[in-house]
Amino acid sequence: MFSRTCYFIKEAIANIFNHGIMSFVTTFTIICCLIIMGSCCLLALNVQQIITELEAENQMVAFIDEAMSDEEARGLEQQLLAVENVAQVRFVTREEAMVNFLDRYEDNSLFEDVDSSVFRNRYLIYLDDIALMEQTQNDLAGIYGVAKINALLKVANGFVTLRNILGIVALAIFVVLFLISIILMNSTMKAATFNRRTEISIMRMVGARNSFIRWPFVLEGMLIGLFAALCAFLLQWGGYNLLAENISGALSFITVIPFENMLIPVLIAFGVIGIIEGVFGSLGAVKRYLRV
Amino acid sequence: MITMKNVRKSYDNGADALRGINLEVEDGEFVFIVGPSGSGKSTLTKILTGEIGCTDGEVMVNGFDLDRMRPSKLYKLRRTLGIIFQDFRLIENKTVYQNIEFAMRVLGVKPKKIKPRIKYVLELVGLQDKINCMPNELSGGEQQRVAIARALANNPRLIIADEPTGNIDPELSRELMALLVEINKKGTTILVVTHEEELVNEFTNRVVVINHGEVVRDGTGGYYGNV
Repeated sequence: MFSRTCYFIKEAIANIFNHGIMSFVTTFTIICCLIIMGSCCLLALNVQQIITELEAENQMVAFIDEAMSDEEARGLEQQLLAVENVAQVRFVTREEAMVNFLDRYEDNSLFEDVDSSVFRNRYLIYLDDIALMEQTQNDLAGIYGVAKINALLKVANGFVTLRNILGIVALAIFVVLFLISIILMNSTMKAATFNRRTEISIMRMVGARNSFIRWPFVLEGMLIGLFAALCAFLLQWGGYNLLAENISGALSFITVIPFENMLIPVLIAFGVIGIIEGVFGSLGAVKRYLRV
Repeated sequence: MITMKNVRKSYDNGADALRGINLEVEDGEFVFIVGPSGSGKSTLTKILTGEIGCTDGEVMVNGFDLDRMRPSKLYKLRRTLGIIFQDFRLIENKTVYQNIEFAMRVLGVKPKKIKPRIKYVLELVGLQDKINCMPNELSGGEQQRVAIARALANNPRLIIADEPTGNIDPELSRELMALLVEINKKGTTILVVTHEEELVNEFTNRVVVINHGEVVRDGTGGYYGNV
């Protein structure tokens, strides 16, 4: 068993070099496919990140019953934080609320006589997931001392819809690109295998089982896929950082996710997709020659 | 060893390549299958090696009923055969040693048994000094002898040689045929498919003549028999 495995590995490596040009073409194809898919995913992730940042701005305001003293109002903080989906709360005093109110108007002379006592103490409430905003609003409303909750449900729902659509579009693009790359890979491997049909027919004629013929091809595809994945990963890393630097310089309001934060997931994804493409491309290509 | 009963083969284009072939080859025999181009020799060889199926009739080779064999199980039949082709069919990027080793690996022969066996078969075909050569470094005759060595490597019960001398000169052809006769003397059944009259006439073995997909003569005495 061990000897056979070693033989297959030896054969696979030898075949990669014996069919150097086709190995190069196959590797190049996988690299291109991975970089296209990777770029699409990284773009989607960054857009998601921007949406998430915008979502975070969409906080709720919980107005505290004016009958409660400032101390009592401050005392509600822990209760509010204990509500599920509440990420963070910030207490805003009546005075602060008045300043914020007046700041909205250029000419605030009209409000000179307004006293801060007409404003309610309030909490700004930030959520973990704005999709659950309505439920959280109901939960918060049930807390004793909370008089009213202001929540921009329509805006929140708009963000949720946008996020969902983006997710579906990104997934669809990924699936289409993945299928295209499998087809591309298969065609490349077919061309590569066409040169080796005599070799396969000889294997069949000397009594090789289909699995015996397939294994070196599978291993070859796997090795090529892995190598291509590594190359694609390095190119993607370099290209992404170059682009990120330019974007950050030109559009400072956009936060680009540092590639280093996604290093391991991207490496794993590239490795897995590279291997899948290599292996299935090889299997599909060799299949037609195994019938005789 | 080989039994063919009323074997017919029609291709999709309507051509009847074989029209009721009956053939029996016993263990240890050396048989020439001869006939002009288009007589059905190649079709017969392909049926015997399982490359194609017959349209009608029964074919038994080394105990395998080819009619009932699924394509995925054909390897079982082929492991009992040694097949030699006109175009040698050596793997170009493998050395002589590796070409023979490959055929043995297929059968799962233990690595320590592979090297001595390869040396033995190469000595048998007189190519022991070419063990590390690539096929393109060998002459046509030498390449065919490597193919014979490969066919012999797994000690097959039956060797089927399809036009084995088709790509080599007449002098080498005689040597090659003599080699096959020697191998046959050691007990291996040999079926040689050829259209080379002169070559066949030099040997006294059984000759089966096929023409228009039918056996027109089966006996000894060269291509035309003792006329």
